[in-house]
Amino acid sequence: MNNFEFSRASDVADAVRQMAADPGAKFVAGGTNLIDLIKEGVARPSRLIDITRLPLGRLDETGDGGLRIGALVPNSDLAYHPQIEKRYPLLHSAILAGASPQLRNMATTGGNLLQRTRCFYFYDTTTPCNKREPGSGCSAIDGLNRMHAILGTSEHCIATHPSDMCVALAALDARVLATGRDGERSIAFADFHRLPGDTPQFDTNLKKDEIITAIELPPKGFATNYSYLKIRDRLSYAFALVAVAAALEIENGAIKEARLALGGVAHKPWRDRQAESQLHGAPAIRESFVRAADNVLRDARSFGHNDFKIELARRAIVRTLTQAANGTPQSQGDKRIR
Amino acid sequence: MMVTLHVNGVANKLTLAPWTTLLDTLRIHLGLTGTKKGCDHGQCGACTVLVDGRRINSCLTLAVMKDGAQITTIEGLAKDGALHPIQRAFIDHDAFQCGYCTPGQICSAVGLIAEGRAHTADEVRELMSGNICRCGAYPNILAAIEQVISQKSAAPPRDGGP
Repeated sequence: MNNFEFSRASDVADAVRQMAADPGAKFVAGGTNLIDLIKEGVARPSRLIDITRLPLGRLDETGDGGLRIGALVPNSDLAYHPQIEKRYPLLHSAILAGASPQLRNMATTGGNLLQRTRCFYFYDTTTPCNKREPGSGCSAIDGLNRMHAILGTSEHCIATHPSDMCVALAALDARVLATGRDGERSIAFADFHRLPGDTPQFDTNLKKDEIITAIELPPKGFATNYSYLKIRDRLSYAFALVAVAAALEIENGAIKEARLALGGVAHKPWRDRQAESQLHGAPAIRESFVRAADNVLRDARSFGHNDFKIELARRAIVRTLTQAANGTPQSQGDKRIR
Repeated sequence: MMVTLHVNGVANKLTLAPWTTLLDTLRIHLGLTGTKKGCDHGQCGACTVLVDGRRINSCLTLAVMKDGAQITTIEGLAKDGALHPIQRAFIDHDAFQCGYCTPGQICSAVGLIAEGRAHTADEVRELMSGNICRCGAYPNILAAIEQVISQKSAAPPRDGGP
């Protein structure tokens, strides 16, 4: 690891102040991704600001009947919180589909949003990568790209966002609360992460001096008809090739509301409002789900090794919507896909 | 930086560079080499220890961030010369071959049992997936952990240690 200064933030205002004072500083909490990136030489912070002692570890009801999750709530505590298990089982399931118990014990809610792609070339400092070194080129487009994106890519970057939790948060219309020098703001989840475009070095729209303080969930949790299906090279402890979060509200066999978010296929959790609205009013049957899947993948583009992902995503979307409609969500313990 | 780490019940005052991982602190500064460095990237689980009772990867943890914490390593599990039930079960079931992953497997299993969320073989497998065994001793590791879980559910709860 490179040598860095280390300091603790005493409160949120102090954290913002310390960050604003050092352009090379980074916040550290769980450290599960950042420490690894420092070891690899991908991140070279001048200072780490330890935020683990800030009072951001609570989970509270909001005035509108939703939940506010403090940025420092560990992933495991969030997954197993009774309110999450009961009211937001899609989020519970997605968190448990990711990482390992040890990492979930360390990783925080806010940090999960800020983890970086696991593109091999991003990690390999001997190869060009526009995300790591803007303007150097993308090694993945003509390289080994089995894990890479099929939606929303650019000629500069085809990396994917690695999080499972964020796929569920996108489907649930969560909001991100952040505090910076200009005060607090609330960011819709869909506007938090970015597509690569010609600036793939920026994963999110968070400003340099801002710190995530909480995630807010709206009251609606889709606890009856939901499923999180993650397809990967081994059954546990691996990043997604394709992941699908589906949440439905069904009335008399017709879909009243549909939420569909994909992981492992784009630079951000992929929501498609057009495909969702096409499902509204449609019967909750396979034919509707096939149409929705075709719609989501209408502009999908692959790069050789990841050609299989388009058909895999199509089938995974249909299967996950079917599981949601049937009220038989994918188990993250028993891995058989039914 | 000055930090105090309570390791296996002993307070250690240490002066550490901030980039020192908890894993290197245990092995190099405290001579507790039972905790193993496998991948050093949070992918294998060989470095698993318990911090304030929770299992974590010590290779991705900065020691200076654990100032004041209670840390339990493989060296701290046996009490008064008696092996921890998980250690005993690993011997009973021959749950290792080369042994390199074993301290991490055992600390992880102690954490798993404290969490109380693994009730079936599938759940034990899934919730032990953070510990890789390249010898492939998984069936015996599973049997060892299942034995301790079934003893726990059969016997009334006991006081004391993890």
